[in-house]
Amino acid sequence: MFDDFFIRALVAGIGIALVTGPLGCFVVWRRLSYFGDTLSHSALLGVTIAYSFDLNIALSVFLISSVIALILIQLQKKTNLPGDALLGLLAHSSLAVGLVVIGFLTFIRFDIMGLLFGDILAVTTNDILIVWSGGALILIILKLIWKPLFASTVNYELAEAEGLNPDRAKAIFTILMAAVIAISIKMVGLLLITGMLIIPAAMARNISDSPMKMVVYSIIGGLLSVILGLFSSLEFNTSSGPSIIVAALILFILSLLNIKQSIKLKN
Amino acid sequence: MNSDNILVKLNNVGFSQNDKWLVKDVSLIVEKGKIVTLIGPNGSGKSTTAKIALGIYKNIEGSVEKYTDNIGYVPQKISIDWTLPLRVSDFMTLTETIKDDEINDALSLTGVTHLKNKNLGNLSGGEFQRVLLARAISKKPELLVLDEPVQGVDYTGEIALYKLIKKISDTLNCGILLISHDLHTVMTATDYVVCLNGHVCCSGTPIDVAKNNEYKTLFGEQASQILSIYEHKHDHEHSHEGDIKKN
Repeated sequence: MFDDFFIRALVAGIGIALVTGPLGCFVVWRRLSYFGDTLSHSALLGVTIAYSFDLNIALSVFLISSVIALILIQLQKKTNLPGDALLGLLAHSSLAVGLVVIGFLTFIRFDIMGLLFGDILAVTTNDILIVWSGGALILIILKLIWKPLFASTVNYELAEAEGLNPDRAKAIFTILMAAVIAISIKMVGLLLITGMLIIPAAMARNISDSPMKMVVYSIIGGLLSVILGLFSSLEFNTSSGPSIIVAALILFILSLLNIKQSIKLKN
Repeated sequence: MNSDNILVKLNNVGFSQNDKWLVKDVSLIVEKGKIVTLIGPNGSGKSTTAKIALGIYKNIEGSVEKYTDNIGYVPQKISIDWTLPLRVSDFMTLTETIKDDEINDALSLTGVTHLKNKNLGNLSGGEFQRVLLARAISKKPELLVLDEPVQGVDYTGEIALYKLIKKISDTLNCGILLISHDLHTVMTATDYVVCLNGHVCCSGTPIDVAKNNEYKTLFGEQASQILSIYEHKHDHEHSHEGDIKKN
């Protein structure tokens, strides 16, 4: 019925949505969307390094994104620049360095569009393995740090005072962000990964009144976006990343109807 | 002094920010079952001292010895980001997983059971304060740090909550570090008072502190009269013509 490549993309996409759902909620709650952008822009550099030294792409992207996150933390400590300026600096410079390096790698044919916007044809069985094992690991770690991370998201001082070690949870969460970008880059593309994190979570916020509900709806929204997006990608021959994000956007717009209703009920 | 009873001990602690000392050279001990109250004018370092004791401020001078991890904290100011959909019941289990009936018990102690499923963002200031206190006591802490715990609560509620705090200290045998502006409470329901003004200006039992001259300078004559009123109430042998200071 469907081609193998499509089934592979679907299986990988479902794995990604299961991870981006809960992680995306934290991105929205902690206002980290621009931070996510910075990490995903730096992923291009990770990909070029992977090609240059013949490394696994996900691993290389993960390492480079983690390094960029560490550099960001150092810059925040040592300079007086505001956070968003530092994020912009790192995002655009790492993207530029990545593109320049590609220019030097003349011996390799690059599918730049696939890299930026995702390519369902590119998903291999090996990628599925990486998505599902990496994703499972990310979710297990997130579960372990959930309490301190969530408590410090609500209020840092309460979490610190009551002995939850929020700084450690924050550092681990940063690494998880790098990891989720690494596993989803092939599918969603580096320009749109943050959309996959934010849009389903934002949709979920519109229809939730508790944190757990928001996480569940965010996962469901992500799954629907992947399924709808991939089918339309196949149907209309569009890149997989934009198709998934457009599907997520449509779900978000639908969720706005719910807000209007609840405002009417209040009045 | 039995050292087994010590929950937290501050040894000459100080904290500076932007080259300015917020507090300096503060020493105090909170023991099981005892209420220690910090008083002092605005900006005298009460909240800072509490945050040092809690380990929120890390680059401090002096040292903090903490003998418990089971701590309940009611901060003076709390900013919660409303991008989070958070109900009172979610907030109650924020730092500790507690059973549903324990949540109900704590909420009923502070008189806000009816708010359990409400969104935290829709509460009034006084209601929120009651929820904060309920959350801090629900985990049955060994050490409670209460920074202006009844701010914004109506007058009758205030008295009831202070009674509750006293009761908690007795029933749970927990130590309480209390910051309060209400000198009435301080002088009646406290075991030990530390009067701060950037440093410890005086400390001791409520009676000792009330007699202290530095305390009188900080709070005025009225403040020491508060104590006199209470001493009248509790001291039946005291003659009405008698001079309070000699007491």
